[in-house]
Amino acid sequence: MSNVRVLVGTRKGAFILTSTEKRKRWKVSGPHFAGWEIYHVNGSPIDPNRLYASQSSGWFGQVIQRSDDGGKTWETPGGGLEKTPDGMPRGESNKFVYEGEVGTHQWYDGTQHPWEFKRVWQLKPSLTDPDTVYAGVEDAALFRSTDGGKSWQELPGLRAAKGHLWQPGGGGMCLHTIILDPNNPDRIFVAISAAGAFRTDDGGQTWRPINQGLKSPYELPDSTAEVGHCVHNIAMHPSRPNVLFMQKHWDVMRSADAGESWHEVSGNLPSDFGFPIAVHAHEPNTIYVVPIKSDSEHYPPDGKLRVYRSRTGGNEWEELTKGLPQSDCYVNVLRSALAVDSLESCGIYFGTTGGQVYASADSGDSWSPIVRDLPAVLSVEVQTLS
Amino acid sequence: MIRVMLPHHLRTLASVGKEVEIQIEGPMTLGAVLDAVEAQYPMLRGTIRDHATQQRRPFIRFFACGQDLSHQPPDTPLPDAVAAGAEPFRIVGAMAGG
Repeated sequence: MSNVRVLVGTRKGAFILTSTEKRKRWKVSGPHFAGWEIYHVNGSPIDPNRLYASQSSGWFGQVIQRSDDGGKTWETPGGGLEKTPDGMPRGESNKFVYEGEVGTHQWYDGTQHPWEFKRVWQLKPSLTDPDTVYAGVEDAALFRSTDGGKSWQELPGLRAAKGHLWQPGGGGMCLHTIILDPNNPDRIFVAISAAGAFRTDDGGQTWRPINQGLKSPYELPDSTAEVGHCVHNIAMHPSRPNVLFMQKHWDVMRSADAGESWHEVSGNLPSDFGFPIAVHAHEPNTIYVVPIKSDSEHYPPDGKLRVYRSRTGGNEWEELTKGLPQSDCYVNVLRSALAVDSLESCGIYFGTTGGQVYASADSGDSWSPIVRDLPAVLSVEVQTLS
Repeated sequence: MIRVMLPHHLRTLASVGKEVEIQIEGPMTLGAVLDAVEAQYPMLRGTIRDHATQQRRPFIRFFACGQDLSHQPPDTPLPDAVAAGAEPFRIVGAMAGG
């Protein structure tokens, strides 16, 4: 029998929700790191008991936590009494220092502003090595650890991809999406608000923008600029790594050529503004979004919480409402808060800023809350355990 | 022996109680206290002072014997009562927010 483990990051701690493959009864563990903002918790695909968590605070900064037992116990991997050869304590698991000259990016008003590290938004463990993990950070940059989170090094080639023209979105200037190509270990996709999507084909040494086809007439003076777009989230099915789906600030987009070009697939959505996007575990052309009314009103249209599913890779969408509140609902679903399991009947999960985590065990046809009253949910990841 | 009081979240991070005791060899200064705290509890490096600049994080303050030492340079001597262990050196999360 398989089990499911849902990793939930919230404004006030992390929670781990576990169930059997029936996904009827859930055990709730937490809060872990109570009172801290947990932007992301994620597990290694090849060692599911190896978890990484991003713990942060406006007061005390960034901490990286690691578990080797599926979240029962945690440690700061570089925070022990281990010393460097010169006798200094290491304590480097939370040390994110940009490489070289810090440089500047565009500020909200168009002036230049220095890069300042704030927090880790996304942790992406390697597909092949449990000790290798990538971190997407604010101000936007990509870091990598190859020692289980003890120490971190920036991949500075990314910021060389016209970083001076990147700018913060409403949530800050964050690298929030990291996708590793399962067929090509040298290829990584990332997305940044508000800079766009970027790709490396040499393991992270050099990067280039992949934003052709994106249009941002309300946000940019040049609506088709090479960088500066507010990409909210990207998703890929591992069986088709050249096909990418994107929820942009406005517009849902699709690329069939690894991001070389994009075209809009918003179709009949009630709003094409939103944050997360996800792909069904077994149907690479089935995708999910959660439409939000607008960038000025971060809640669902008409007070109805609706997930939209397309079985055609976009353009034709159906609303999924069974079990979801259809009146007076004004929560948001953030960009990292939608995920799928890989059980035979694919499970879909999302968390809201109202503290609910909803689950569907039937590809989205029907939903029920696992929990209703957590702190605001920042991220949801799912592990399918055999 | 210097007594140092930590804010709640740093106590849990370091798995310690409200107050820790540290030893300082050499001059008893503000910087020496922070160095010693970080040496004894490496998981706190970066949470009190920025890793790269070694500047106090903006929402952290240092109090001792009724004085605010937050804006004093690292070579500032500790008050005698703190150096003698009679009074604690207090690392405090600023009141802003909640």
